Amino acid sequence: MAQKVICTFCGSVCDDVEFDVEEFKAKKFCKLGRSKFSKKERIKAPMVDGKEVSYEEATQKAAEILVNAKKPLLYGWASTVNEAIRLGVILTEKVRGVYDQCASVCHAPGTLAVIEEGLPGASLGAIKNRADLVIFWGSNPMEAHPRHPLRYSMSAKGLLISGRKDRKVVVVDVRKTKTAKKADVFVQIKPGYDYPIISALRALIKGEDIEVDEVGGVSKEQLKELAEMMKSAKYGVIFYGLGVTQSRGRDRNIENAVKLIQLLNRYTRFVIWPMRGHYNVVGSGEVPAWEVGYQYAIDFSRGYPRFSPAEFSANEVLQRKDCDAALVIAADPVAHFPKASVKHLKKIPVIQIDPFPNMTTLVADVVIPSAVYGLEAEGTAYRMDGIPLRVKKVIDTEYWSDEKILEELLKKVVELRGE
Amino acid sequence: MMEVEVISGRTLDQGATVEEKLTDEYFNAVNYCELSEEDYNALGLAEGDKVKVKTEFGEVVVFAKKSDELPKGVVFIPMGPYANQVIDPSTDSTGMPQFKGVKGSVEKTDENVLSVKELLEVI
Amino acid sequence: MHHMLHIKNGIVIDTKNGIKAEKMDIFVKEGKIVEESEIDKSQCKVIDASNKLVVAGGVDMHAHIAGSKINTGRTMRPEEMRMVRQIANKFRASVGRVLLTSPAIGYEYAKMGYTTSFEAAQPPIGALHTHEELDAIPMVDKAALPVFGNWHFVFKYVAENDIEKLKTFIAWAIERTKGFGVKVVNPGGVEAWMYGGNCRSLDDEVPNFGVTPREIITSLIKATEELNLCHSVHLHCNNLGNPGNFETTIETMKLANGFSNDKRQVLHVTHVQFNAYAGSSWRDVGSGAAEIAKVVNGMDNVTIDMGAAIFGHATAMTGDAPFQFTLHKLLGARWSNKDSEVEGGAGIVPIMYLPKNPVHALQWAIGLELGLLVESDKVVLTTDFPNGGPFTEYPYVMAMLMSKKMREKELERVSPYVQKAANLPSIDAEKTLDEVMHMTRALSARVLGLENKGHLGVGADADISIYDFNPNEIDTSNDYEIINKAFRNALYTIKGGVIIVKEGQLVDEVWGTTYWVDATNKVDTEAIEEDLDKYFELYYSVEKEHYGVEEAWIKNPTRLVMG
Repeated sequence: MAQKVICTFCGSVCDDVEFDVEEFKAKKFCKLGRSKFSKKERIKAPMVDGKEVSYEEATQKAAEILVNAKKPLLYGWASTVNEAIRLGVILTEKVRGVYDQCASVCHAPGTLAVIEEGLPGASLGAIKNRADLVIFWGSNPMEAHPRHPLRYSMSAKGLLISGRKDRKVVVVDVRKTKTAKKADVFVQIKPGYDYPIISALRALIKGEDIEVDEVGGVSKEQLKELAEMMKSAKYGVIFYGLGVTQSRGRDRNIENAVKLIQLLNRYTRFVIWPMRGHYNVVGSGEVPAWEVGYQYAIDFSRGYPRFSPAEFSANEVLQRKDCDAALVIAADPVAHFPKASVKHLKKIPVIQIDPFPNMTTLVADVVIPSAVYGLEAEGTAYRMDGIPLRVKKVIDTEYWSDEKILEELLKKVVELRGE
Repeated sequence: MMEVEVISGRTLDQGATVEEKLTDEYFNAVNYCELSEEDYNALGLAEGDKVKVKTEFGEVVVFAKKSDELPKGVVFIPMGPYANQVIDPSTDSTGMPQFKGVKGSVEKTDENVLSVKELLEVI
Repeated sequence: MHHMLHIKNGIVIDTKNGIKAEKMDIFVKEGKIVEESEIDKSQCKVIDASNKLVVAGGVDMHAHIAGSKINTGRTMRPEEMRMVRQIANKFRASVGRVLLTSPAIGYEYAKMGYTTSFEAAQPPIGALHTHEELDAIPMVDKAALPVFGNWHFVFKYVAENDIEKLKTFIAWAIERTKGFGVKVVNPGGVEAWMYGGNCRSLDDEVPNFGVTPREIITSLIKATEELNLCHSVHLHCNNLGNPGNFETTIETMKLANGFSNDKRQVLHVTHVQFNAYAGSSWRDVGSGAAEIAKVVNGMDNVTIDMGAAIFGHATAMTGDAPFQFTLHKLLGARWSNKDSEVEGGAGIVPIMYLPKNPVHALQWAIGLELGLLVESDKVVLTTDFPNGGPFTEYPYVMAMLMSKKMREKELERVSPYVQKAANLPSIDAEKTLDEVMHMTRALSARVLGLENKGHLGVGADADISIYDFNPNEIDTSNDYEIINKAFRNALYTIKGGVIIVKEGQLVDEVWGTTYWVDATNKVDTEAIEEDLDKYFELYYSVEKEHYGVEEAWIKNPTRLVMG
């Protein structure tokens, strides 16, 4: 019989989906969630240098690598639970390494914007209840968060909104994406022109003129319409995506967008929120924030945390060859980092903790397979809006959870350091 | 050869196969480059053709696909190991490489599309 | 490690038990204070407390120490995290200036001799996050107060005047959030903010609900009293942060008339400094503290805490989202906001209190005035951490309350505006050490309804602090520097019978308990099940069955069943 589970794929963390344990069948899921809750190839057993070993031996070898390294990088964390992340932060502090997480190549520029201007936002429930204008800016939920439009944004029903017809949906993007095709208004922009377009909107909303006919491929007329639409909304939201964070301007694009939201709140209510990717990428920033004060790019080489994305983000550390070992958990930097960063990962000892073989497995010296959270293990995850949900364990497994692996690793590191 | 701007990003298929990276399904989900119809035709491309995408940061051979989503002069490669051969690794002190909006060129090629494993060896 | 302890020859102040600086011995066994006869002296560790002050561990009844607000504050303000308090060793690395990491919060309280701290605003849907952070704070006992004042269920039952359902909902909600009591923040005003408005007076109607702050507060007091929860309604008033708001505050306090409780107040009004402004604008703003003090002193069922402002850095973070937006506009500072489902909202804005800024100096004066003018049995010492400033400055506030001489010296460095707009320069009163110990221990424990905290009687928790001076020899009016120094670094802090601080240094790490209140035995949740189902179906973005926190998810919970 199907039971309610909580999906552990994307940042939408849908908790209305169902899973039939006997038939191993997922119901109500999107394509991404279904893939998560399906049978696929697993890492069969712990491995050291390609040879199958016990968990005991693999964690021992991993602890040795970490303790012998001068400055290990501990990277990943977005697809595991807070309980594991907390141990990971404490482990990094112990071995005086660098903690970085997937947001570093995803939404961390948004965090830099929060530092500059703050984050005027709302929970997804507040948005579904109130938003009569939804703007997807450089985000494409139809491909990256397929049930988001249904549950929270485009066609979600709520307190003041009875459905899609009560909402205007705008997409601002370089490509006419699947989401754009479902929008009322599509604003096609040139790559890398988010910043000036936002500046133009700020000017127009303040009632100032802009002395050009177009900005970033968008006509002044269309910008005026968009500005008017924003100003006259009762409760608007901008959901921004990697189109903004990974393009020219990066953090500054979002900083400018937050200033736009600050301005709009002088006329009406408006909020902004990032379309966070992995199911617990939010937790991988929140947990270190309360444990050591920062969300990512944290160096402990002096025995206390220091934050600097220019120095301690995974890509900077790797490109500078400033780490001599790496622990990769719940992520695949070999597939997702630029070539220049992967080069160094190939040269140093790598420990991988993951349920599934991936490109990082191909370069890892120690591979430790883990249970799949949401299916084989339980723990706390934060939805993209920071709402905490306890993901479930519905089937038994021989695989250790990340939490158990890290507990063991931490214990062995403490032993090896003679503390 | 044609001057373009290269962008990368998520797709549904890339996401659905992201935990099966060593399979053909993942390979097929990330090993292509989308071009606007106009650019596709200008390069004289047809179903199954391959293109070489070059930027100052590297080059990669991928399959060519026609897309109705792109404007002329912009090409799209799904996020993953192929796109990462050509995107700009510098982070401008933010920690974030520039995965989108990298100037480069596209040309038709007869060279092979490397497998995921072969790609790793080249790095 | 747990030892039997014999704290010998200390000079004990224990206001709850009427002990006023008397030389006596205290005995500890299994984390509790026991009779001498319970102790096997051959097994006992002896602490020589000769000529030292021995008191119960401090109880902070209102601070923002855990959850999405402080954590967003940390994210927003990495500059706050650059102050290194401790390099990782046997203990965790500890950083933070005013905002602190979770380990730093526990460590800093312990060093001051505080052993209990309550998170004063828990967003209900974020309850699990709050508990995760509470679980990451070592050393102290803790709890969290979920916020009710803008929750649509509350509006609904208040509008229907259905106190039974309101009681049922409160019991359900406190159980689900593993919360401790009924916190109310700007009732109705945060809902109005969803439309860009606010409820600044008690009779402003909440949009679409036809209820007023007056009705919400009165109904919540009634429901809380009928449930006989250990803590009363804990209220952040409407109209916070605006000149002239002291009148709203007084009007609000009077809503407690007609309610009574044998054990405690029926209404606790919090961080009153922010709600004690006279005048009509920032140009003529003045202190309304004297008027408020008069009202509080004249009532026997209302308590307050100071919300003292400390010069230096602070971060405003409250569930009062419209106020935070006002502050953002006023300061031009960074601003975070979070509208939360149908439960209310919150905001965060950095701030710095400058001695030469007339308004800041006035705020500083008003906080102290409240501490001085309100009877010591009715005002708790707080800074509304981190809104008024760091809790690590409590010793400064203690010293100021006890010494007019220190205040005179401090007044010399602040804006002269205080001379005409505040009462402080003309206040001669000095609190005694007994009174200040009461305001930081026995009173705060009583306000919260914690019977085993804040005193050293037999049966109390063995949370004890020892300070390096003799209360019978110190002249608190003149020796303010000694006071200010001594309370920063306890000679000993003992938590649950374990010595955790010695001579101001951490010596052991313990993990306190998290209290939560269970009043579900007093209601039948069946009565509201249909409403819950409907609201979750229509207005929430999570399933009802996934809402809330199970006791098993908390590291070290203590369930308090309401009698």
